[in-house]
Amino acid sequence: MDTIRLDFARDANFLHAVEEESGQNLSTCYQCGNCTAGCPGAQFYDRQVSQIMRAAQLGLKDEALGNRSLWLCLSCQTCTARCPNNIDVARVMETLRHMARREGRVQHRPIESFWKAFLDTVRLTGRSFEIGVMADYMLRTGRGWGNMDIAPTALAKRKLPFLPHRIQGRDEVARIFKRYAEKRS
Amino acid sequence: MKFAYYPGCSGEGTSTEYEASTRAVCRALGLEFAEIEDWNCCGSTPAHAMDTVLSGALGARNLMLAGRAGAGGVVTPCPSCLSNLKMARHRMRAPEFKARVDELLDAPTPAREDGSADLPDTFSVLQVLLEEVGLEAIATRVTNSLEGLKVATYYGCLMSRPAEIMKFDDPENPTAMDKIMSALGAEVVPFPLKTECCGAAMGVALKEVTSSLSGRILASAKAFGADAVVTACPLCHMNLDLRQGQAGRATGIAFDMPVFYYTQLMALAFGLPAASLKLEKLAVSPGPVLKKLADCRAEKARVAAEAKQAQAESAARPAESHEAGGAAS
Repeated sequence: MDTIRLDFARDANFLHAVEEESGQNLSTCYQCGNCTAGCPGAQFYDRQVSQIMRAAQLGLKDEALGNRSLWLCLSCQTCTARCPNNIDVARVMETLRHMARREGRVQHRPIESFWKAFLDTVRLTGRSFEIGVMADYMLRTGRGWGNMDIAPTALAKRKLPFLPHRIQGRDEVARIFKRYAEKRS
Repeated sequence: MKFAYYPGCSGEGTSTEYEASTRAVCRALGLEFAEIEDWNCCGSTPAHAMDTVLSGALGARNLMLAGRAGAGGVVTPCPSCLSNLKMARHRMRAPEFKARVDELLDAPTPAREDGSADLPDTFSVLQVLLEEVGLEAIATRVTNSLEGLKVATYYGCLMSRPAEIMKFDDPENPTAMDKIMSALGAEVVPFPLKTECCGAAMGVALKEVTSSLSGRILASAKAFGADAVVTACPLCHMNLDLRQGQAGRATGIAFDMPVFYYTQLMALAFGLPAASLKLEKLAVSPGPVLKKLADCRAEKARVAAEAKQAQAESAARPAESHEAGGAAS
């Protein structure tokens, strides 16, 4: 079991930043574990949601930001629906992931690459486009072959158009991404 | 209220059958929506997973287009689009968040006096069907009852969550599709995993998540005796239908479980043409289930015909005895 040094690792500024950005009061979490009990991703997590909530509450930045779970979270909001203290737990998880990304602490590159690949097609055409997302993802990661088993059916059923639908306002959408990138840098 | 229609990107690719059946069912029930002209992708999970302001801006462009076209509300079949568009408007009620979204847009979103964004709200087609059309009107439109069909209704995570923002149905035990399926004559089996996550968009980067979670959903539907699963979400549908083989390998169960969009079953019960159902798009063939339905209908017709005949015979018998009596006297 990992040892956590509360006498050195606590960062009150971090706690306040999480509360401010998520709009949630973390001090009301009393560790009932309901979020973890209902989490469909729990079996794949290296830290459970309730542990991450506790870490954030204590201001343990490395614990809260340096786990794979933030990236595996499915955004299903079951934790939020079941929190007896009405904390939007999914929003806290999302906020921590945003913070971790800003600090370059991405713990699962393929998942982040999928998001980027998806958004690339939106940036270029205005809409998402499955074959484009897959090609972009495979170029980014060299992965994706594990899904080739569904390609024949998807193609035979014409579920994957070969050409993207380019909207008229795609430049307008591209400018949203451009301004977003400029703000981040 | 005048609604603008937001189909979502899946409707053009992986879920054309949902799109076609949704439009056909709405038309059959007298709902007419004008599609938002030149709509863009809502950003789906990837946008809000990376940044809520980016997600808000992608949603805001669509809501502004709808607002400019004079729509009081936006309606969409896709729960992920629903969630993103609804959240964009909800978050932009805060002037500070609105300002950050406006910085990404060509022109700022319209504002109310209190500084919040003045944008139309978004609703699911399911909610509009239930609240604007109503179950009675739906039941009246049924020409081919789905009696004999057992369905597990799978809602996915997002349709009613978070409850205080979605304001529709129950976040733990939703019943909107159950009610519609019952109105069509189908039997809704008890199904505890109605809102359990199917693995969402993890299929590409971490397939074991979607396989195992979708496998559990299919296994539960099977255990409760469902002939088919019914869903309202293109992504859930892909995980349960197109990826059913992967789910089977992950759970060690050979599934042969058709997964319908609820609108396909409505179109079927309304007797709408095959082109508006697009059943051929489903990866798992619904053939055996449709045969069961047809057999059920034939059996029902046979029983009805027999009963009618028996009734006619019993009606004829006293007349015979009367005649016989008459002849004897």
